[in-house]
Amino acid sequence: MPKPMVTKKAISGGFATKKKTILLLTMVAPGAIWLLLLRYLPMFGIVIAFKDYKIYTKDPSLINNIIHSKGVGLKNFEFIFTTSDSWKMIRNTIGYNALWILLGLIVSVAFAIMLSEITNKFVAKLHQTLMFFPYFLSWVVASYFVLAFLDPTRGLLVHLQESWGMDVTNWYNDNKPWPVILTMANLWKNVGYSTILYLAAITGIDTSQYEAASIDGASKWQQIIYVTIPHLKPMIIILFIMNVGKIFNADFGLFWSVPMNSGPLFPTTQVIDTYVYRALMATNNVGMSTAAGLIQNIVGFICLMGANSIVRRVDEESSLF
Amino acid sequence: MKEYVTTRRRSARLNSVSLPVEIIINIILGLFCLICVIPFIFVAIISFSSENSIREIGFSFQPVEWSLEAYQYVLDLGDQLWRSYFNSFFITIVGTSISVLICILFSYALFRKDFKYRKFFTFFCFFTMMFGGGLAPTYMVCKNMLGLSDNYAALIVPMLINPFNIIIMRTFFQSTVPTELIEAASIDGSGEYNTLFRIIVPISKPGIATVALLNALAFWNEWFIAMLYVRDAKYFPLQYLLMKMQNQVDFLVRNSSVIGAEVTKIIGTLPQESLRMALVVLIVVPIAFAYPFFQRYIISGLTIGSVKG
Repeated sequence: MPKPMVTKKAISGGFATKKKTILLLTMVAPGAIWLLLLRYLPMFGIVIAFKDYKIYTKDPSLINNIIHSKGVGLKNFEFIFTTSDSWKMIRNTIGYNALWILLGLIVSVAFAIMLSEITNKFVAKLHQTLMFFPYFLSWVVASYFVLAFLDPTRGLLVHLQESWGMDVTNWYNDNKPWPVILTMANLWKNVGYSTILYLAAITGIDTSQYEAASIDGASKWQQIIYVTIPHLKPMIIILFIMNVGKIFNADFGLFWSVPMNSGPLFPTTQVIDTYVYRALMATNNVGMSTAAGLIQNIVGFICLMGANSIVRRVDEESSLF
Repeated sequence: MKEYVTTRRRSARLNSVSLPVEIIINIILGLFCLICVIPFIFVAIISFSSENSIREIGFSFQPVEWSLEAYQYVLDLGDQLWRSYFNSFFITIVGTSISVLICILFSYALFRKDFKYRKFFTFFCFFTMMFGGGLAPTYMVCKNMLGLSDNYAALIVPMLINPFNIIIMRTFFQSTVPTELIEAASIDGSGEYNTLFRIIVPISKPGIATVALLNALAFWNEWFIAMLYVRDAKYFPLQYLLMKMQNQVDFLVRNSSVIGAEVTKIIGTLPQESLRMALVVLIVVPIAFAYPFFQRYIISGLTIGSVKG
């Protein structure tokens, strides 16, 4: 390191470092204050999960309401686990997530490998651009795309069913097809994104490895199994851990807007996130909503740590932390 | 040189998949790409179909009759729509500017290895990715304590910070800004803010563009925040207006300048279906046009964010 710096430090003593620290603190300040108010302050609100939240009429404010609400122990949690709908929403949340983690992984790794094999760079770029497009749209917009096909009177599918003399399905009343519809919608929106992530990892692989493999007589298939997949492993694992950490959190936008808030569909479209929202806004059951959110957070945290520690045991380098 | 290129290409050809396989690959990917864009094209076609055509044969790729009436209605009854268009642009521009500024400041301090509280603030930020209060407490704090209700702040403030963007920005600083540069600037007597905005920011433009675009996209597509904190139609962004129209097609008319008996009359003649689809088209068009230009930045950002996150 250059000498002048040392001498300068020696002369100005601790003052310069102190000034630097203060200036850097002012840089962190806006972000830190935001995090404090919008992320840490609500953490104290978790106590609501153990209370029968009522508005304190004499002097209503959030703090007063919380202080004067009666503590009810674990009653809110009991309610969540004893209603018949609750196990459905838990099943839906975990089921969809597990299925989509797996499907998304297989489809996007396959697509990424396919994309990397296309020799015409322009075509590859075109594919990439088109399949990434849905990622940029909101679920509200996507819900109208779905509506265009499934609308009970004018939808394309309904019209086709009519003209083929089939029984017309009332898509927004019949919950059976929805697991398939939601799965397709989810893949449609997210596959492009993860494909591009995997493709970036594939393009980072040293081509000489493939050349060596092909000289040794490895077929294309063997090259994929023994060169490409092992190189993708860290990426697959990272995305896997992150997704497992979110296994109790559903994509709210998808489950809220695509089924158009249709009651008959709840058995297959209600997830914990939509339940939390409905409990909070529609039935105004703040305590239960908070309790459900808390369970989500704790389970998510445990899953994240669990997945990470399993990965660390198997392959130390791939783990997240 | 030329010879080198051809031999390279030949060797690349040698180890590439056979032509039939490549054709199959192209067909599979091509089909998926079609699925990705066809819904939008379909909705656009519906928006240009006449109401008669829709009544007769439903939504179709080949309407019996084309028509601009949906867009005509949008122009005539557009008060709420223009208001929402303005809101969306306003929120996107103001929100993106503020959040990028906060993100640059925060991640720059985290990037500085000589920052005394670096470890603390890194943890302070990234812990929120793993644990939080949940929706209900966050909602109550924002609404009751911070006054985020029926104002523009309610649509901007809750989205200002995303730890992912801080990871992206910090990683970008780490990979492009040499520590010697900061030391040299400090020796030359440049203050911390001067160093950041005169020296670091100009060389970090690609990273800043990435974060800015990710933010802009998030603000443009946001409707959940509006659903939580906004009741007054004056503040509805486009996406939420569209959300509202899922159940109440006449929402647009009821919130226009038309009054009294006229309202029911207009609602009766409204080309409801094509009107909704026209609104979808008007939301997607800005993204569809801007997308090819900014996808490069978004890709680089998302790649960094997911690998380091």
